[in-house]
Amino acid sequence: MEDEQSFSDICGGRLALQRRYYSPSCREFCLSCPRLSLRSLTAVTCSVWLAAYGLFTLCENSMVLSAAIFITLVGLLGYLHFVKIDQETLLIIDSLGIQMTSSYASGKESTTFIEMSKVKDIVINEAIYMQKVIYYLCILLKDPVEPQGVSQVVPVFQSAKPRLDCLIEVYRSCQEILAHQKATATGP
Amino acid sequence: MVLKAFFPTCCVSADSGLLVGRWVPEQSSAVVLAVVHFPFIPVQVKELLAQVQQVSRVGVTVLGTWCHHRQEPQESLGHFLEGLGAIFSHEPWLQLCRERDSKSWTCKATRRQTPTAAGEDQVLLIFYDQRKVLLSQLHPPAALPDRQAGDATPSARGLAVVFDTVARSETLFRSDRFDEGPVRLSHWQSEGVEASILVELLTRASGPVCLLLSWLLSLLSAVGSCWSRLRRHRGEQVCFWNRLKAVDPSSSHVPPKVGTGLSGSRSERSVPQLPRRPVEKPVRHVAEELQHLLQWLMGAPAGLKMNRALDQVLGRFFLYHIHLWISYVHLTSPFIERILWHVGFSACLGLTVAMSVLSDIIALLTFHIYCFYVYGARCAVLRAGGPPGGLYCLKICGLSSLWRLFRGKKWNVLRQRVDSCSYDLDQLFIGTLLFTILVFLLPTTALYYLVFTLLRLLVVAVQGLIHLLVDVINSLPLYSLGLRLCRPYRLAGSLPRRPADPPLSFQMQPLPYSRVVRVYRLPSCGCHPQHSWGSLCRKLFSGELIYPWRQRADKQD
Repeated sequence: MEDEQSFSDICGGRLALQRRYYSPSCREFCLSCPRLSLRSLTAVTCSVWLAAYGLFTLCENSMVLSAAIFITLVGLLGYLHFVKIDQETLLIIDSLGIQMTSSYASGKESTTFIEMSKVKDIVINEAIYMQKVIYYLCILLKDPVEPQGVSQVVPVFQSAKPRLDCLIEVYRSCQEILAHQKATATGP
Repeated sequence: MVLKAFFPTCCVSADSGLLVGRWVPEQSSAVVLAVVHFPFIPVQVKELLAQVQQVSRVGVTVLGTWCHHRQEPQESLGHFLEGLGAIFSHEPWLQLCRERDSKSWTCKATRRQTPTAAGEDQVLLIFYDQRKVLLSQLHPPAALPDRQAGDATPSARGLAVVFDTVARSETLFRSDRFDEGPVRLSHWQSEGVEASILVELLTRASGPVCLLLSWLLSLLSAVGSCWSRLRRHRGEQVCFWNRLKAVDPSSSHVPPKVGTGLSGSRSERSVPQLPRRPVEKPVRHVAEELQHLLQWLMGAPAGLKMNRALDQVLGRFFLYHIHLWISYVHLTSPFIERILWHVGFSACLGLTVAMSVLSDIIALLTFHIYCFYVYGARCAVLRAGGPPGGLYCLKICGLSSLWRLFRGKKWNVLRQRVDSCSYDLDQLFIGTLLFTILVFLLPTTALYYLVFTLLRLLVVAVQGLIHLLVDVINSLPLYSLGLRLCRPYRLAGSLPRRPADPPLSFQMQPLPYSRVVRVYRLPSCGCHPQHSWGSLCRKLFSGELIYPWRQRADKQD
């Protein structure tokens, strides 16, 4: 079963949340971030090249221009491969674990998997981010030493940064699965 | 709980038969290891499983049935398979079925004897690549895997159970469905891969050959490293031998290769004759620079006005010292060059040996800077009450006691504190005179002290950098990094699943390089500085000597 809704992130950009229910115990949430805009790319490239041309008129060395072109290309490739995240996915499977995937604009995918035995709870936390107060969803991990303690807090959807309404949808679905998992775990 | 069934991808196209594997009740998961094909005799199957269980200490049993319909589904086969459930009783009994087109799979798990549980459990089917899981290890490891101690292993948690089960059941994978045995099994060995015999032989032989080579080279480098380390750190042989045992093969065999390359290239260039004065030129250059510096100090350095008499005395003293040093180096340079030429061959024992030797050579060649620093600042352990040495320190001591006299106080050695005291008039008079003289001579001495301390710190910084590099080279886990590069499935990090269609598949993600270095880092016998920045500044200000690498227990003074 698939569902698509549109939300906005903390800066006002548009996000698309896709929900897929594979089975009662397996759900996937996919957030798509806004793509790289042509306007900002053109602005950055033009400013870099204008600065390089200014330097060229000062020092009369054509190496400056080729260096500027090279830097722009390498910078763009590096940005697409290491920085710009296109899509973030959260897959939650009852009694197995939670998997978070980030796919970058260049096609690279990086995945993290957390086993269900390590997950204590999923909560929505508040944080102070520069001059704003934002909400974020995070997974609390169990502490092996202390049964009531929390050893680590893993934030989810870090680069998409959706607002509270989107987070509440995801939170409700995850809590359904977690509640079911806790009920069967403590059962026979 | 949902029942998880881990199914090997190599058995997806196998014929119908019995599922054989391990059942883990705590996590409600069944790890399927192989499929037993028809025809078989149940007694022989049970014997084989008992054998495997005895050897590998893994609870291998019959878990259920696997049904692969190549033509139209046959009801007789279905009834036959159900009857098998009575012969091999297992709770819960798995029934996996696959139709001719690959999309539809049926998974059922039935419990007969337990009346409280529901008749059928929900089954979650997960595929895994058996060969890769067999060879790899999940990180972070719960405890260091010890292959020798097979009994009483701590029960693996979570997904490590799957890795553990597959790795320990190697005896099950010895016979195949193509063998002429009583029982025909299908597992990862059944999917043949085309390969060349030579390549396989080389792969098999490379392991023992590499071990032999690395043992020989580690022996050589052990000799070399012990020699280079004995001069500075005493207690580190223990951790060095520990390092040799830590990872197999140890990574210390690569630095010798780098070092051999270095010394080899050097000898190619200068085999016909000895290099012309490699030592004397830089030493002379340094000495000349020092002379320029002293001439500058003897004038008006940076516009400061110095006390002319003291300035000339100090400057001439240090100039004469440099003159002595240059003539000494000139006299001994032939011998030193020969010695260095031969010592250079020790670079074949390892890059770290070469770097340690270089560090020692730098220390020897800048010995005069060390002497200047000591003359300017030498201060014996004041607590022991020894005679104070250097100039700046003398000055500071004198100044501090005379300043106390100026205020009418005295240092009480018995009580280790400042007490008030009434002085006579002539004591006060002489004390004030001396105090004034020392105060006005302070800038000159302080400037010399400052310059020589900075030079000494520069030399110390260069040596410290070399030590840091040696430390990094020694503690880098080269074997693990090479393994991560060449066989990434051996070191598995977190495990993603692909739910593109319902049966999920288990895929292994290799560990990132930063984690490999962090987990497998060899214990580095590094010298951590025992001075904090605050105590360092305080020592510099009061004129105490700084020994950068002296361990606390070793202090001899």
